[in-house]
Amino acid sequence: MNKRCDGWKAAALVSSLCAVSCGGGKKPTGEGGVSPRRMADAIFTVVNADRTVYTREVVNRLQGEKVIKATEHFKEDKSLPLPAQMFRMGADLARKSDKGFTYALLSLWPINKQNAAKTEAEKKGLRQVGATGEPFYTEEKLGDRRYFTAVYPDKAIAEACVTCHNDNVDSPKTDFKLGDVMGGVVVRIPLD
Amino acid sequence: MKTRTKYLLFGAVSASALAFYGTPYLRERGPEKLRHMPGRTMDGHYQIEQRCDACHTPFGGVANEACLKCHGADLEAASDSHPESKFADPRNAERVARFDARACATCHREHAPERTSRTGVTVPVDFCGHCHEAIAEERPSHQGRGPATCAQTGCHVFHDNRGLHEDFLKKHLGEPSLLAVAAVLPRAAPGRERRVPDDAPAALADAASSAAWAKSGHARGGVSCSGCHLDEQRVSLDGSASGPEPRHASRAWQRRPGFASCRRCHEGEAQGFDGGKHGMREAAGLPAMTAGSARRPMKAGAADRSLGCASCHDAHAADTRAAAVDACLACHDDAHSRAYKAGPHFKAWERELAGQGPPGSGVSCATCHLPRATRQGTDGARVAVQHDQNANLRPTTKMLRSVCASCHGVGFAIDALADAALVESNFDRRPRVHVDSMEMVGARARARAEKEAKKRAREAEEKAR
Repeated sequence: MNKRCDGWKAAALVSSLCAVSCGGGKKPTGEGGVSPRRMADAIFTVVNADRTVYTREVVNRLQGEKVIKATEHFKEDKSLPLPAQMFRMGADLARKSDKGFTYALLSLWPINKQNAAKTEAEKKGLRQVGATGEPFYTEEKLGDRRYFTAVYPDKAIAEACVTCHNDNVDSPKTDFKLGDVMGGVVVRIPLD
Repeated sequence: MKTRTKYLLFGAVSASALAFYGTPYLRERGPEKLRHMPGRTMDGHYQIEQRCDACHTPFGGVANEACLKCHGADLEAASDSHPESKFADPRNAERVARFDARACATCHREHAPERTSRTGVTVPVDFCGHCHEAIAEERPSHQGRGPATCAQTGCHVFHDNRGLHEDFLKKHLGEPSLLAVAAVLPRAAPGRERRVPDDAPAALADAASSAAWAKSGHARGGVSCSGCHLDEQRVSLDGSASGPEPRHASRAWQRRPGFASCRRCHEGEAQGFDGGKHGMREAAGLPAMTAGSARRPMKAGAADRSLGCASCHDAHAADTRAAAVDACLACHDDAHSRAYKAGPHFKAWERELAGQGPPGSGVSCATCHLPRATRQGTDGARVAVQHDQNANLRPTTKMLRSVCASCHGVGFAIDALADAALVESNFDRRPRVHVDSMEMVGARARARAEKEAKKRAREAEEKAR
């Protein structure tokens, strides 16, 4: 019950922060006085909570009870999306809403190389969260816009995360253990 | 008057004149507009080229929304591999600066016939290299293959990879050219028989039509003469089209019921028809397409035939077998169509019609171009015919999964579709082109199996210790 309440509170916080800080995606900071860092923290809290709940209460539970599996080609297999796919679909939908902020799931050891660290901030951030387990904050310029960029550690919360990555033929790292930092969630808030 | 003021005044007058005359012009429809066409349209848009405003927003260019109005549902169903949102991610800003894949018109530029491919792409074929230049590092099997080969038949499709992704191909490794059970989806099972009497007014009754109707699915399914001929405009009690308690506001007998009459029961089929070349003109508010207005070769005697439900489906017999071959060949006169009756697909069709082949084993024109598909509705899934004959073309690889794989091994079908001469001669021989997608997938499957075997051995060893 408490976890559910926390989720709702975090969602409400993100909504209010988006309304106050983004102003429809135009300005990240304004009279509300919410810093980009607080907003990034709030976004991460919500998306991470949602994925954790999906992983534990939907995927793990239903797979454990042999009701339905989660597979990569979930549409043709008539199965559930993998937790990482669920996360990426949410990020994609959020990006379509054009509210300014974006988030992505990246790794130094990605199965799909398009999800490798690309910008200097991503590379440095992923290395640092891997080493410390703590968030990493910086600013960067991409194209003609400046961004506040936060990188949060993405830990293996379920055995399925570990086995899927360790067993995949395209995975550059095959000795992940439960609790390891497997990558990072990168949240960007435009500053211009 | 100062020079600056003169310029401003000139600009304002010009803009007003342009707005006054230009906006209605864009909204106009009709052949006279074609005089101002900046260049030949793509084949896919040709039928609606008189409707400039289908794509152009007055003073706003061509927005993605205009493209998505017609193509959005297909892209969604295909789980588009390269949606606009992917490139809207700021981490792709550098790529977008080099190649702005956010805009449909970057790759699909209209009125540029000199650089338009058969699939409506107007950028050089090596465009994949803008982002995937280092693919050989990730996939050593791709070493030495230039970016111009990515989109060749049987390899990758920019938007729709449902029939080519690795796991799909892996499931079909080692298949023979013709599967042991070679048949498409069965027709939807007929519903409960509900025979109804012929209810045409005596003055309008026609014995031949009535006899044909009595043997049809309509008669068995409870659709009497009035079901099609009585024009019922549904208007609700509050006068609106969508208000509560709809009632029949008018009931006029139609000698020749139109598209709307069929649509009342066959909405899914009608939507497909609207999306294809046969129906897009009428759907865009233009007169129905005629065979004579097609770009593909059509029979001279068919030029005046207009496209509607009844042009392929006999209105009373409603025999779908005639609609599946004879109706197509009554108009189409290209090499592929002309070769059909000499090819193996037609032989299989004849065998099925003669009762010598199992249901679904025959291959008509419609089997491939208007294929049966499972459609999810509110009342569950049902098999229905996709009436957009372009949906599984452009590129032809899209046909692989929805049609070819029902009867043929996927590797064989990839080769067949990649052999352009074979497609033109309507598959009268075995393919002479080979695409090595299946070998690549096979090699990776073996590597994966070896990796799993090593892991199991390691675990067993650890357990023993």
